[in-house]
Amino acid sequence: MASVKIQDVRKSFGGFEVLHGVTVPIEDGEFVVLVGPSGCGKSTLLRMLAGLENITSGTISIGERIVNDVQPKERDIAMVFQNYALYPHMTVAQNMGFSLKLRKENSAEIDKLVNRAADILGLRNLLDRYPRQLSGGQRQRVAMGRAIVRDPQVFLFDEPLSNLDAKLRVAMRTEIKELHQRLKTTTVYVTHDQIEAMTMADKIVVMHDGIVEQMGAPLELYDHPDNKFVAGFIGSPAMNFLEGTLVGGEMPYVETANGSRLPLAASRAGLDGKPVVYGIRPEHLEFADDGVEAEVIVVEPTGSETQIVARIGKQDLIAVIRDRRAVKPGDRVKLRPVARAAHVFDKENGKRLIN
Amino acid sequence: MTAIDIKATPRVSAGLGAWQRLMINRNWIAAWFMLPAAAFLILFLAYPLGLGIWMSFTDIRIGRGGAFVGLENYEWLYEDGVFWLSVFNTLLYTLVASAIKFVLGLYLALLLNRHMPFKAMIRAAVLIPFIVPTVLSAIAFWWIYDSQFSIISWSLRHMGLIKQNINFLGDSDWARASVIIANIWRGVPFVAITLLAGLQTVSPSLYEAATLDGATNWQRFRFITYPLLTPIIAVVMTFSVLFTFTDFQLIWALTRGGPVNATHLMATLSYQRGILSGRLGEGAAIATAMIPFLVAAIMISWFGMQRRKWQQGENND
Repeated sequence: MASVKIQDVRKSFGGFEVLHGVTVPIEDGEFVVLVGPSGCGKSTLLRMLAGLENITSGTISIGERIVNDVQPKERDIAMVFQNYALYPHMTVAQNMGFSLKLRKENSAEIDKLVNRAADILGLRNLLDRYPRQLSGGQRQRVAMGRAIVRDPQVFLFDEPLSNLDAKLRVAMRTEIKELHQRLKTTTVYVTHDQIEAMTMADKIVVMHDGIVEQMGAPLELYDHPDNKFVAGFIGSPAMNFLEGTLVGGEMPYVETANGSRLPLAASRAGLDGKPVVYGIRPEHLEFADDGVEAEVIVVEPTGSETQIVARIGKQDLIAVIRDRRAVKPGDRVKLRPVARAAHVFDKENGKRLIN
Repeated sequence: MTAIDIKATPRVSAGLGAWQRLMINRNWIAAWFMLPAAAFLILFLAYPLGLGIWMSFTDIRIGRGGAFVGLENYEWLYEDGVFWLSVFNTLLYTLVASAIKFVLGLYLALLLNRHMPFKAMIRAAVLIPFIVPTVLSAIAFWWIYDSQFSIISWSLRHMGLIKQNINFLGDSDWARASVIIANIWRGVPFVAITLLAGLQTVSPSLYEAATLDGATNWQRFRFITYPLLTPIIAVVMTFSVLFTFTDFQLIWALTRGGPVNATHLMATLSYQRGILSGRLGEGAAIATAMIPFLVAAIMISWFGMQRRKWQQGENND
């Protein structure tokens, strides 16, 4: 186990820079999730950590050692690939034992370690199968087994669940998290799925267009997003954004183009009259007589809650309502944002202004 | 369409005659559709093959029908030193040329699979020996191997390595080596391009996984590339062996089996005896004698290499 330091790392492909100076400190034993939309550079960063891509500038260190020029096999890391990358011509046991065989361990030792990993992952009776004979979830587990067997300093996961169906994905999510709690190996996990990031991470690193937008604990990101991008990316259904102008005073609010007043708990001096974006999460909208008038467009019951798509002026927003209320499309309702949960972002650069 | 057939058949067929039922029976329809292809194969493959085998049991000559003579042709061949020499030549030619074609072809494929500038052009250039007509390349080799004007002899002489021209096609051993080299030159592109196609189906992430597992370049080849390539190697080498074993054009254009039958292959000997000398029955017997070797080559590839357990596992997902 080891800590990992990613210090001002840049990456260019043929003069085109895709990572613009990324700094991520990772504690020993931490589960860090790199999350962002496709093309944000998260996989590239992971591959640089693995040693599969060169580092254009900056440093990556594992433990005390700078690994920029260290061969992948000397880095003492193990990686789980998106497509699992299981060797099709080897059995499960051979797949898991391959790195040990290359390390010239004796076969008794290989068997012992493979069996131990197989026990952890419940693969004991699949050891003689070939990858083709396995289901998606089993292959996923073999890929993890191959990583566990090596007992590396750092685990790397590159979107490991994206080839699984929704139900299995939830199950494997739990399994990976449990595995981490058990082995306590430093883990870097790449995904584009913010739910995975939220549920699994000790620390989330939100990346976008080659920079780190924000990093922190899942709920910290959820409650206090630094900017509009993070606010919109974390959380599902996504945060609602309404454009308007900030009005300060005793009871500050944001006024939209059609005159609706969106309440704020507090404001800051000097922001009066500024064009802003008002952000409110779907669960922070509630029915209230003094709310903003909106027209119901679509009603989507999910059982535990109901999602209502409503229109204020020309802007759509989603409200998640817990109580079962008979609303139907076309109804006019009054929705009130919870003032203390509202976020205000600068319209120009998306930076957080309030909350 | 299929779905309609399945539903309609039991209901409609009750009222139809036997012929009409046959016309809408799915198995019979399949047979009807295969008929044209089968006719072609029977006419142009099975019939000549059968005829050749039959002729090998007769004393037929060109311009004169033959009578059944049983195994007489084969008994003659069994006593014939030239026939056994041609068998030896053919085996030598096939084994040496195929082995070198495999090694060179695999090496070339691995090179071409790397990223390099002008990749497409280089890959296309590799195919040139394959697309030049055999006889044309044989004539070029003929000049290269010429006893007086050989560019190889000329170069070696000017480098001071030899005093006299090498008699490439006039000396038995040199002649065998020369035709084998010409065959290799022609055959390598086929092997290389086919193996290259195979290499490109190997997922790059397997190499990355192996790299992280600690494999060196050689280990990646030994444990990943080669095992994953064996099915396609089996196919391409079977074809290569079959083509080489039955080679005729190159030998005929270069040496006509000479000097002193040193490069006579079974195919060229069969042609010489059967067509040039007119003894069709004997020529057919030589050609027929090739069949067991070819079948053996196919069997080896089929049972030895193609049946891989890891390819056949049933899918559970």
